[in-house]
Amino acid sequence: MSAPLLEVENLRVSFPTPAGRVDVVKGLSFTLGRERLGIVGESGSGKSMTGRAILRLIRSPGRQSADRLVFDGIDLQAQSERGMRKLRGARISMIMQDPKFSLNPVMTVGDQIAEALKTHESLARKDVGARVLEMLHSVRINDPERVIGLYPHEVSGGMGQRIMIAMMLIPQPDLLIADEPTSALDVSVQAQVLDLIDELVREKGMGLILISHDLNLVARYCDRILVMHAGQVVESCAAADLYQATHPYTRGLLAAVPKMEETRDELPVLDRSEWSGT
Amino acid sequence: MTTVQNWLLDDSPNSKIQANLGNSYRMFRALMRNPLAVVGGVIILTLVLAAIFAPWIAPQTPLGQDLGARLLPPSAAHWMGTDELGRDIFSRVVYGARITLMIVALVAIISAPLGLLIGAVAGYFGGWIDKILMGITDVFLSMPKLILALAFVAALGPGIENAIIAIAITSWPAYARIARAETMTFRNSEFISATRLLGGSHTRIIVRHVLPLCTSSMIVRVTLDMAGIILTAAGLGFLGLGAQPPLPEWGAMISRGRTFILDQWWVATMPGFAIILVSLGFCFLGDGLRDVLDPKQGGKS
Amino acid sequence: MTAISLKNLDISYGPTKVVQGVNFDVAEGESFALVGESGSGKSTVLKAIAGLAPEWTGEISVLGEARSHTVDRGFATRCQMVFQDPYGSLHPRKSVDTVLSEPLMIHGLGNRNQRVIDMLAAVGLDQRFRFRFPHQLSGGQRQRVAIARALMLEPKVMLLDEPTSALDVSVQAEILNLLKRLRREQGLTYLMVTHNLPVVSFMCDRMAVMNKGRIVEIAPASALYDGNFSDPYSQSLYAASGGNPDRKDIA
Repeated sequence: MSAPLLEVENLRVSFPTPAGRVDVVKGLSFTLGRERLGIVGESGSGKSMTGRAILRLIRSPGRQSADRLVFDGIDLQAQSERGMRKLRGARISMIMQDPKFSLNPVMTVGDQIAEALKTHESLARKDVGARVLEMLHSVRINDPERVIGLYPHEVSGGMGQRIMIAMMLIPQPDLLIADEPTSALDVSVQAQVLDLIDELVREKGMGLILISHDLNLVARYCDRILVMHAGQVVESCAAADLYQATHPYTRGLLAAVPKMEETRDELPVLDRSEWSGT
Repeated sequence: MTTVQNWLLDDSPNSKIQANLGNSYRMFRALMRNPLAVVGGVIILTLVLAAIFAPWIAPQTPLGQDLGARLLPPSAAHWMGTDELGRDIFSRVVYGARITLMIVALVAIISAPLGLLIGAVAGYFGGWIDKILMGITDVFLSMPKLILALAFVAALGPGIENAIIAIAITSWPAYARIARAETMTFRNSEFISATRLLGGSHTRIIVRHVLPLCTSSMIVRVTLDMAGIILTAAGLGFLGLGAQPPLPEWGAMISRGRTFILDQWWVATMPGFAIILVSLGFCFLGDGLRDVLDPKQGGKS
Repeated sequence: MTAISLKNLDISYGPTKVVQGVNFDVAEGESFALVGESGSGKSTVLKAIAGLAPEWTGEISVLGEARSHTVDRGFATRCQMVFQDPYGSLHPRKSVDTVLSEPLMIHGLGNRNQRVIDMLAAVGLDQRFRFRFPHQLSGGQRQRVAIARALMLEPKVMLLDEPTSALDVSVQAEILNLLKRLRREQGLTYLMVTHNLPVVSFMCDRMAVMNKGRIVEIAPASALYDGNFSDPYSQSLYAASGGNPDRKDIA
């Protein structure tokens, strides 16, 4: 592997509370090549904040800091807000949880995707149209000519998420951050959307950070996994080795998920005192 | 002091009283962190104190005439000067606080609960009940406030009581609208359904579940509206339809001072300052309360 | 005796029929699941039984008594419901104690203090939570309060609407264990709506698979072990949920 795509060292995100500032991400470090990295954790683990912090999207009164936050040779911390806007979308894209809240309700789907493209590239109008259709095709929308004229409320959840993906991938970014991209979707659609992200990421050789609460899902779609708890990485392993995880928190999480062929009379419950020292 | 504080802020209160007091204390502390709200609070507190202790604060009676001391400029003897009948303006302003406070309080007591109840009932039931109640509300809402109040006072006759009734009648529709909008955001929520499934009657749900959730935004709105109420009352007073002489109502005082505004500016200006100050106080306090009581922020931590 | 019996149940919202021709019986003491994806009408069936979706035709009876189309007090003591969203199902300004006392007050039951204390213990909440407000509780604790509220009137039948789908997996495990234990201790009947097949495998005896407002198949929960479903839709749902060996790792 050549120079890493993203280097993060000692990333911290803090928010003020009545009892003083509290770190929600406590000194996170990792490097990412053109590979698929999964960040797993429960609510409050700081996984979503990590994704936002990479794009410098932590809003005031939240604060972020890092010893090193370098994307493809660009020091993200030294960028002005304008510089960041150029990077966001064009080189690093983010897919959020619920397409309903991420799409503009009064703009047609086609216009929104075209907008995403035009912000970062100057193309003739004809080419824009062609690229939009092509992109919708590649996210497996069967009749893109019809879909570009639809408004967000006229499409289903799965289709909405595919449109989001199209919008995020059309400027051909190098890094895609997907924050719970499928948790608002039905199981049958989940697999389709993730397969699609997976295929596009491989095809275009992008880096992927998949943020999710679902261990099994991350294990399936990623090469490497970081397990986060209370703002810290408690376990970092290759996806294939997840089921041999050693940290009690990871093991506890794995055991707590009911199985399809469940025979246990009671699910093991995390004993939170076990790893509180780490 | 710290023990009391710890008791109030205990995360695991031992009784209902402790829990409720703790909640109020947290809100109070949040309010105190907002400097403008504190300024507003101090102004309103001063108004209330002035109203209560007027006889002790005011150096002279508000009605006592002294024709030998007409239209004196502000001085050590008359802090705000005297009016055309030689009455001490400062004393009149202090006593005027009583009238202002009474107008504000009575209007709030009459119109806020009325609007709250009508809005909550309309929003909770929806359908034709909503249509009828909101139709009535819209009729009232569509008429300009001051004009409607003028019409009422004209019909009922001038006087402070009628001014209060008129203002109350014109201000409840706005509250009904707010309460309805608020109610509709949670009428289908799960905690309402859960209460219905427990066998709770509609009355119970409205009184115990819907109204408490609407009150906070209502308090904010009423506080912010206080300035408008004071101005309307002053406006009616100015037009001679509100408080009648010799009552030291601020609007009426301005009206009388108008005649001398060029040569004896203080006669009209002093009560004007009082109106501005109190209006601002209510606005600041209302803004601060909104930040503290806003259910969107208070609901989730 | 059957705890819940549905015959030819059609439910509509205005002009659109969202549920059609639903028939099933749940035996007393059984745990029965209604599974399906969003829009399948599974939650609507639950709402109709509870009286929250009044536009239905057909027959619904609970513990041998036919249901009216609205909520009534007598029904409240026999059947209760737990909702999906632990954040939306508790009044934001009411303490745990108030929430748990309210059903007792509505039904004029005495000895409230002791009953609240006992119920907190039964759902595994420490007494120090008693006077807390919802914003001082975690999602799992809120769901415990919601379950406790439903149990205050000692109903025999519980309707569970995705009771754990909004929770983290570790918390989900705690709540599922709690529901299972309560059912065993109090001899409850569960009708549970969920989209999560592994949860069915853990909690339920039988399941009905719903698709587009109709029941496509009723199968024992043991069908989840071997994928022994006859309807193609149930098979695809089973496969997408990780039932198929080469898809085993999607939860």
